[in-house]
Amino acid sequence: MSDFTPTEMMTIAAARQLTSKDVCFVGIGAPSAACNVARLTHAPDITLIYESGTIGTAPDVLPLSIGDGELCETAVSTVSVPEMFRYWLMGGRISIGFLGAAQLDRFGNINTTVIGDYHHPKVRLPGGGGAPEIASSCGEVYITLKQAKRAMVEKIDFFTSFGHGEGGDHRQRLGIKTKGPTLLITDLAIWRPDPETKEFVVRSLHQGVTREMVQETCGWTVRFADDLEETPPPTHEELETLRALNERTRLAHSGGKAA
Amino acid sequence: MGKIVPLQQAVAENLKPGDTVAFEGFTHLIPHAAAHEAIRQGIGDLTLIRMTPDIVYDQMIGMGLARKVVFSYAGNPGVGLLRRMRDAIENGHPRSIETVEHSHSAMAQAYEAGAAGLPCAIFRGYKGAGLKAVNPDIRSVICPFTGEELAAVPAHRPDVTFIHAQKANRRGDVLIEGIIGVQKEAALAASRVVVTVEEIVEDFAGLHPNLCILPHWTITAIAEVPGGAHPSYAHGYYDRDNAAYLDWDKVSSDREAFAAWMQDNVLAVGPEAFADRVKGLRK
Repeated sequence: MSDFTPTEMMTIAAARQLTSKDVCFVGIGAPSAACNVARLTHAPDITLIYESGTIGTAPDVLPLSIGDGELCETAVSTVSVPEMFRYWLMGGRISIGFLGAAQLDRFGNINTTVIGDYHHPKVRLPGGGGAPEIASSCGEVYITLKQAKRAMVEKIDFFTSFGHGEGGDHRQRLGIKTKGPTLLITDLAIWRPDPETKEFVVRSLHQGVTREMVQETCGWTVRFADDLEETPPPTHEELETLRALNERTRLAHSGGKAA
Repeated sequence: MGKIVPLQQAVAENLKPGDTVAFEGFTHLIPHAAAHEAIRQGIGDLTLIRMTPDIVYDQMIGMGLARKVVFSYAGNPGVGLLRRMRDAIENGHPRSIETVEHSHSAMAQAYEAGAAGLPCAIFRGYKGAGLKAVNPDIRSVICPFTGEELAAVPAHRPDVTFIHAQKANRRGDVLIEGIIGVQKEAALAASRVVVTVEEIVEDFAGLHPNLCILPHWTITAIAEVPGGAHPSYAHGYYDRDNAAYLDWDKVSSDREAFAAWMQDNVLAVGPEAFADRVKGLRK
């Protein structure tokens, strides 16, 4: 199937990275769409956890908030928020944390707090929510965002969630035992960190995307892998699953009832 | 002791100017009716604690009742930003507010520490996070057994906590089910607890033994306000009004539109208005 949008490609490329064995802490937006597409296609047994305390959810429509009733109604169990953060996240039971970002740097550090100075912000963003501890307590972290120069920046304005810091072994030096960001999926490419420097390197370009397109929408000088690959385009099943999910979601949130 | 009273009286007797107050409910069961009553009574100079300030605090901040906000995620969930709160932070309108910002993990555990009567919460968190540099309440302790450095934040001890719940019985015991969030902890951490409920029933006979129940002797006052969580929801009663959350982005984007909306939907009406708002959302 050749007719797809970059956002659809991003969501589907992210979904493909998940397996039925994963226990995934899901952020709202693109991560939530990707996780549920995975669940509805090749990873039916994936455990999706939202920070509202819902464990093992299987929503029919994407939640607008992390605490929509649909999540609780389809969950294996619903626990309190303190229990969620203590026993399940801090206790090391989550394999993947899936985050979005307002600003991201080449080492996977994320800002969702402020643009400008913290005390006199140009734009006050929502803040971290669960992300600071998701970034340090999940086994590894996947990040997804649409490429833009204002989003992928040389230096983020605020360290909401710590990725690889200045790169190299910075996480270990702070006593963090988890892997941190191991994957970045954008609307143009799939990136993975260099094993030594931890800088994100483009490993695969989505179909029809050029190196120039990736560089023009990124605020740092992009490194490309020597054996650069092309991301397989969405299959018919992947695309139909995502579109049907989005349509059910649109109907449900506009006040109408999903079929 | 779980005294059942009208909402106006419950708020007037328990919320005072200058109080530290939590209106809790994690997306689910947000006590909007109680907050609207506080706005109508004009009780100001408040320190507002809430994990997600959400529309409920956007309204209180926009009406100038907040002096300080303690929070961990200041967004309109799934929609975008909180525009009245931003106007207060960025432009000091209608008054400047002090902010104390945490992560969700820290906020949840600060309530838990408050409920446990501990002075602080200790946890593995804030590693490499920028909030440590801007919030002096985020400190650390060394584990005396392993030497591990752990984060510490002061316990939340609100003067009063407001929550919304599904049911109370005649004795004043309160039942919460579904996404239970931090309400139990926020209630047990507070000096006074005010609960609005969907309905008051005779007794809780025949219910599951492990349901989340706050016994009547932990509650100060209860008011029956059907629909009192709208546009949030009450599991088993009505759905979240997602369209209202989307609409709020427009209402709150303009100071005059906001003032007009608050006049029509909060100042000019009473708690009984909530029942109508959830009619089309009932299961």
